[in-house]
Amino acid sequence: MILVGELALWVAFLMAAWSATVSFAGGALRRSDLVASGERGAYATFAFVVLAALGLWTAIFTHDFSLKYVASFTSANLPKPYLLAALWAGQAGSLLFWCLILAGFMAIAVFTNRSANRELMPYVTGTLAATTLFFLATLCLGANPYERLDWIPADGRGMNPQLQNPGMAIHPPNLYLGYVATTVPFAFAIAALITRKLDAGWLAAVRRWSLVSWFFLTIGIVLGMWWAYVELGWGGYWAWDPVENASLLPWLTGTAFLHSIMIQEKRGMLRKWNVTLVVSTFLLSILGTFITRSGIIESVHSFAQSPVGNWFLGFLVLAFAVTAYLVATRLKDMESKAELESMVSREAAFLYNNLVLVGIAFSVLWGTLFPILSEAVRGEKITVGPPFFNTVNIPLGLFLLLLTGVGPLIAWRRASVSNLRRQFTAPVALGLFSGAALFALGMRDFYALVAYTLAGFVVGTILQEFYKGAGARMRLHGENAAIALVRLVGRNRRRYGGYVVHFGIVVIFAAFAGLAFKKEHDVTLRAGEAFEATDPWGHRWRFVSQGVSRYDQLNRQVTAVGLESFRDGKTAGMIKSEKRQHVDTQGNPTFEPSTEVGILESAKQDVYVVLAGVTGEDTAELRVTFNPLVWWVWYGGMIMAVGGLIVMWPQAERRRAQSGYVAVLEPQGELAVAGRGAVPAEVR
Amino acid sequence: MKARTKFLVSGLLILGAAGYLMASSIGQTATYYLTPQELAAKVTADPSFYETGLKVGARVVPGSIVRDPGGKQVSFRVTDGASTYPVVYRGIAPDTFTDGVDVVVEGRLGRDGTFRATTLLAKCASRYENAPEKYRETPGYQQRAAAPAPRGA
Repeated sequence: MILVGELALWVAFLMAAWSATVSFAGGALRRSDLVASGERGAYATFAFVVLAALGLWTAIFTHDFSLKYVASFTSANLPKPYLLAALWAGQAGSLLFWCLILAGFMAIAVFTNRSANRELMPYVTGTLAATTLFFLATLCLGANPYERLDWIPADGRGMNPQLQNPGMAIHPPNLYLGYVATTVPFAFAIAALITRKLDAGWLAAVRRWSLVSWFFLTIGIVLGMWWAYVELGWGGYWAWDPVENASLLPWLTGTAFLHSIMIQEKRGMLRKWNVTLVVSTFLLSILGTFITRSGIIESVHSFAQSPVGNWFLGFLVLAFAVTAYLVATRLKDMESKAELESMVSREAAFLYNNLVLVGIAFSVLWGTLFPILSEAVRGEKITVGPPFFNTVNIPLGLFLLLLTGVGPLIAWRRASVSNLRRQFTAPVALGLFSGAALFALGMRDFYALVAYTLAGFVVGTILQEFYKGAGARMRLHGENAAIALVRLVGRNRRRYGGYVVHFGIVVIFAAFAGLAFKKEHDVTLRAGEAFEATDPWGHRWRFVSQGVSRYDQLNRQVTAVGLESFRDGKTAGMIKSEKRQHVDTQGNPTFEPSTEVGILESAKQDVYVVLAGVTGEDTAELRVTFNPLVWWVWYGGMIMAVGGLIVMWPQAERRRAQSGYVAVLEPQGELAVAGRGAVPAEVR
Repeated sequence: MKARTKFLVSGLLILGAAGYLMASSIGQTATYYLTPQELAAKVTADPSFYETGLKVGARVVPGSIVRDPGGKQVSFRVTDGASTYPVVYRGIAPDTFTDGVDVVVEGRLGRDGTFRATTLLAKCASRYENAPEKYRETPGYQQRAAAPAPRGA
C-alpha cells in the first residue's frame, strides 16, 4: 500500500499535467473531446491523490519508521486520533493533505458543472488542474512525504505535544478547506477573464464556493484562536502573529466579496472590483502558505526554513503576473452597468464595508510584511508589534461594526428620510441605551463603551429585521409566530442566514471588548496556602492550593497542581494545571516539558491558571488570570458557522417550482436584472 | 456633487485616517530586529542603542540555560556565531524554549552588556522538522538499523 501510494503520487502528477494541458487546448481549439478528456483527467488526478494519501496513512498507522515523515512526526505510543492527524502535522504530509482537498474540490467543481457553464469549464478545469499540478510538483520534487531513511529507528520522534490537542487536530483541516476552496472561484475568474464572459454568470457559479471557503476559514480561525488560548498558555487567543494574520487576510477579502457580489447581482456595478477580490483572496491564501512554510518571517508557528518556500514564491509571482495581464487586457469588458445614485443607500453602505474590510486587510498585510519591506528599503529589519495592529484595526473594526447595523436597514439606490426614520429609530435607541446603561454601571473604557453601544445597535437592527419579516408573514399567510419565523428564514436563507452571521460578529466583538478588563496575578503557593483576588465583575475569589502531584499518564509524565476555588465564599470548582513531559516507548523524554493550562469557564469570565514551575516538593509558581467574556468568542464563532450553514444550504428548487417561482434560471435572472439595473424583490 | 465623487472623497478620507494611524503607530511601535552581530556593530557606532527597546533574533547557546526553580526567570546566552550576549528573561518561558533553538527576544541591552528581555519567543528548530537523526546516537534505537530499508510494506 505504501509503495502504491508513492507511485500514485507520480501518476497523479502526470494526470494533472495531462488534464491542465488538454483542458486549455480543448478550450482554445473548441474541441469537446479534449475538454472531456481533461475532465476525466481531473477525476483521475483526484483518485490517485486519494491513493497517495491512503498510502501515507497506512505507513503512519503501521508505524513504518523507515519513512522519514513517519519517524519524524509519530511514535508507536501516539494515541490513535493523532495518528490520523499526523498526516498534516509536518511539512510534506500537510502539503499532501492540501493536495488531497484541492483535487477533491476540483473533482466536485468539474462534476457539478458537467452540464453547466460549458464555455467556462475548460479553463476552470485547466486552472484547477494547473494549481493541483503545482502542489504535486512541490510534493514530488520539493518535499516528498515518501522520502526514506537509510536506517530504521526503533521508534519515531513523536508528535509535538502542543499539536496533541483536539483543537489542533481539527484546526488545520478547516483552515486548509478554507484556503483551498478559494481556488475554485479563482479558477472561474480566470476562465471568465480568458473567455471575456464577465457578466453575472460566473459570479453565480462561484458564490457558493466563496461561501464554502468563508465558512471553513471562519471555523479554522476560531479553532486556531481556541487552540492558542488553551494550549500556548500566554492567556490570550490572538497575538497578531504573522501566521495568524495570514489566515485572516483571505477571510477579510472573502468577506468583502460576499458583500460586493450582491451589488453586482442587483445593480451590475463593481465588476472589476469583484474580479479583483476573488483573485486577491486566492493570492492571499497562497501568500499565507508561503509565509507559513518558507520561514521568511519570524513566527512561532512557522515551519522550519525550507526550499518549499521558493516553490510557493514562484507560483505566487506566476499567478499574480497571469491575472494582472488578464485583468489589464479586459478592463473594457468590465465596465459598470450602473452608477452609484446616492450616498445614503445600501450600495454606499456596502462600498464602505468593502473599503474598510480591504483597508483592514491592507494594514494587516503591511504590518506582517513590514520586516521584509523595511529590510528591502532601508537594509534594516524593523518589526511592528500588536500595538500597531490594535491602533489601526480597533477604529476600523468598530466602523465595520457600525456598518453591520446600517447596511440591512437602508434602502437600495436612494433612501428617503421617512425610510431612515422608520428603520433606524428602534436600533439606535437600543444602542444608546446599552452604552448609557454600561456607563451608569461604571464602565469607563472608551473603546469598550463604543463597542457595546454599536453592539446594541446591530442587535437592534437584526431583531427588527426578524420582527418585521415574521410580522409580514403572519399577516399575509396567517401563520403563527414560530412558523412564520422558520419559514421566513427558510425562504430567504441568504438574507436571514447573513443576519445570523452578523449576530455572531456582534457576540465576538463584545467578547473582544471584554479584553480591556483582563486581570493578571503571579502567585507562589505551597500546599494548603490560599490566594485571594477580586475579578473584573467585583466578585471575591479565593484559591487554595491542593499541593503538587506527580504521576504517569498515557505517553507522558505529569506534574500537576490543583487549586480549589471559591467565588464569594461558595465553591466554584477545582482548577488543575499541569506540566507534561512526553516520553516515547523506550521511556526516554521527547520534547521539552509542555504546559497544560487549567481553565474554569463561565459566561462572565474564564479563570485561567498556568503552572509556571515547581520549587522544592510542593511549592507551585502560578499565574492566575481573569479573562472576561472569552467564552463568547467561541460561541460567536459557532453562531457565525450556523449562519454560514443557513446561507449555504441549498434552496429547495422543487418547492419554488411548485409555487411558480422558478420561471427563469437563477444566473440568467440575475443577469437580466443586472442588465436592466432594476431592483428585484427582496424575497427570492 | 455626484454620489460617486462623494463616495470617493469620503473613502479617501477614511483611508487617509487609517493611513495616518498606520504611519503614526509604526513610528511608536516599530522596533529594530537585529542579529547579535548587528547589535554589536550598532552599539559600537552609536551608544544610544544601549537601553533602547529592540528585538534580537539568535540561537540559544546549548548548555547556557539557567532556569530559576520557580519557572519565572531564566538566563541564557544567545549567539549568531559572530557575537554572543547574555540574556535575562523575567516571565514564563514558552514550552518550545530549549537548548539550541532559535529565539526572538525583545527588550533592552544594558550597559553591562546583559540583554534584559521582556518577551521571549522560541521557534523550535525541531518543532516541525523533528528529525529522527538524533536517535542514531541514542542507545536502544538502532536495533533495527542493521537491516536494509525494505521498499514498500
